[in-house]
Amino acid sequence: MKNFNIIINGVGGQGIITLLSLIDEAAFIEGYDVKSSELHGLSQRGGSVEAHIRFGKKINSPLVLNGDADLIISLEMLEALRETAKAGKKTKFLINEFVSPFPGSLTKEEIKSRLGEFKNEFHFAEASRVCKEKLQNEVVSTVYLLGYAVNKKLIPLSESSVTEAIKKFIPEKYQELNTKAFKLAYEN
Amino acid sequence: MKKILLGNEAIIQGALASGVDFVSGYPGCPSAEIGDGFGRIAKEYGVYAEWSTNEKTGLEAAIGASFSGLKSLVNMKSFGINVCADVLLPLAYTGTKAPMVIFIGDDPNCHSSAQSEQDSRGYALLSHIPYLEPSDAQECYDFTKLGFEISEKFNIPVILRTATRVAHQRMIVEFEDAPKKERKIGNFVKNPHQFSTMPPRTLEMKKELLEKIEKIRSYAEKSKINKILRDRVSQNFKIGIIASGISYSHVLDALEMMNLDIPVLKLGFFYPLPEKLISKFIAGKKKILVAEELEPHIEKEIIRIAKDINPKLEIYGKDLLPVIGELNVEKIIFALSKILKLKIVKLGNSLKIENLKLKIPSRTARLCDGCPYWYIFPTLKRVAPDAIFTGDIGCNMIAGLAPHNMHDTLFAMGASIGIAHGVSKASKQKVVSMMGDGTFFHSGIAGMINAVYNKSSPLMVVLDNRITSMTGQQVNPGMGKTLMGDNSDELQIAEIAKACGVKHIKVLDPINIKEFEEIIKDFLQKDEISLIVAKRVCALLERRQKNK
Repeated sequence: MKNFNIIINGVGGQGIITLLSLIDEAAFIEGYDVKSSELHGLSQRGGSVEAHIRFGKKINSPLVLNGDADLIISLEMLEALRETAKAGKKTKFLINEFVSPFPGSLTKEEIKSRLGEFKNEFHFAEASRVCKEKLQNEVVSTVYLLGYAVNKKLIPLSESSVTEAIKKFIPEKYQELNTKAFKLAYEN
Repeated sequence: MKKILLGNEAIIQGALASGVDFVSGYPGCPSAEIGDGFGRIAKEYGVYAEWSTNEKTGLEAAIGASFSGLKSLVNMKSFGINVCADVLLPLAYTGTKAPMVIFIGDDPNCHSSAQSEQDSRGYALLSHIPYLEPSDAQECYDFTKLGFEISEKFNIPVILRTATRVAHQRMIVEFEDAPKKERKIGNFVKNPHQFSTMPPRTLEMKKELLEKIEKIRSYAEKSKINKILRDRVSQNFKIGIIASGISYSHVLDALEMMNLDIPVLKLGFFYPLPEKLISKFIAGKKKILVAEELEPHIEKEIIRIAKDINPKLEIYGKDLLPVIGELNVEKIIFALSKILKLKIVKLGNSLKIENLKLKIPSRTARLCDGCPYWYIFPTLKRVAPDAIFTGDIGCNMIAGLAPHNMHDTLFAMGASIGIAHGVSKASKQKVVSMMGDGTFFHSGIAGMINAVYNKSSPLMVVLDNRITSMTGQQVNPGMGKTLMGDNSDELQIAEIAKACGVKHIKVLDPINIKEFEEIIKDFLQKDEISLIVAKRVCALLERRQKNK
């Protein structure tokens, strides 16, 4: 397999680092070399945040080259639109159907129609809504998205290695919730 | 053992494996996980760990520990080295007794930094302190251990400098399970000849330092962290790349993508540079690319060395790579393509050009939901629309962004009150300074005393949210807790101000907007410095405490 490149983006505070860590762990469990790059601090206070993950045989730079992402996971729709700048023709998008509005932002319809101008493969998942309704917790929507990605084979990682990664990385008292969120994506 | 670690976590493991006894520093981004991590495990591993009040007191604490025989690690972000520089320079002269490693987290691209895009490597040239520069999380671990070894061997502090993409990089790191030990009690053995800088001894110490650096240079010549890849086996041996830090990772990817086998000299030492190794590498070469992020420090050294060794050498660096912002694989490919006169390699299948037409509203940092500052910023702006607002570092930086747009100045930790004093003294305008509680204890007090002593009349507002929040929720002297979870007296900002001679002081909850407005109006009329402590707990801290 050639190296697999992922960009995760969204709004600071959405749980990007947890999602990134689970993918890192799962890739490690599958025997890949892995590197990722994240941001903390000011950028996490509700601004646009972007993290990079690369796994494969041997990884040098932790950053994904422009146009070279195999998968972009966007936790927010306007951020998905923003990330098209770094997508290539073959990049697939997995987008949480969720909008975090701010003054001067675009509506959901405007964002969707603009995304429609791109010929890329788009997957929309109602992660935030489903997790809020079924688990009373929106933060685990990142884990739901990971379940979606694994189930639809958007990411070359197996269900069992992600489940193992959840056990390794998530504190014990939140493991059940996270496992539920992960499995929920298989039902929808 | 192999585990995925963040660069900063690898530094913790490296320090533990070296038997660190004493950890001090001040939280910043991208360094705070080091102190935070030690806060969680210090007791278990027999380590003493503290958040100091600022980087200077942090370094001073470590000097005391080192002279008492304890191994120390000091951690701070880029700007921290400015704060402690006054102590750092004489420390190079005295040297250390027990080994000391100082971690500096630079933040190229200003991802989480306001005041400048600082390249802290410049301090190596100023202080003559050895600098090591890891390229990835594994090297964070290895170089921390090596830093302690070098410090022990040569009795000198060693600086470990990273960029955000190294400190906040995760990778599979191979490390030893560090032993747990009893907390070590040190013993200060008097040695003023070595521990006190006082002329004429000072100049003697300078000479000793410079001699020591030459010994460390000889050590660096043999060190395996400076290494040459593919020299002489390469078809392209007339061309070479010199890289350090994160740039090295980008260079490896660029060469792979361009299918080139150019030799690379990887420098783990930034200071002192292994000049013989560099000479050997550049001898006989026609062209060299120096791939370094930010300032052209290494490039200038290569130019100097090449004058004797290989005067015809074409040296490329900042003519092709930017001084501003981070480097990445694209930028390295661009530089190599220019040097090799290749057509610029088409990268990926970027949609970038078509995408330039898209204008997407930018999303800047904002206050969290429920943040007490939502009450403070609008009230100040409404009651004092014409005031000059001097801002400070921390969550209150967000006052400078929309929708608040309040800052008239923003400089450095504690600078809001210092500058407010100057404006107040120089003009007849109303001046309001804003800083957080952490910043007040870090370096706000000195500026406040200056305003009292020299009689100016700013309104100082301390936004006391009961924690140092921006960097990930660290304890400070106003909270009654230390990093290791022990109780400490809860210092009262109002009482400190009173003792410093501030006469008009009000502590209030900013949610009581009417009272807040009246006090602002009243205090703005004073012809002496006044202080409002707007006290209400950080929303994140409140939620975290509820979840416990």
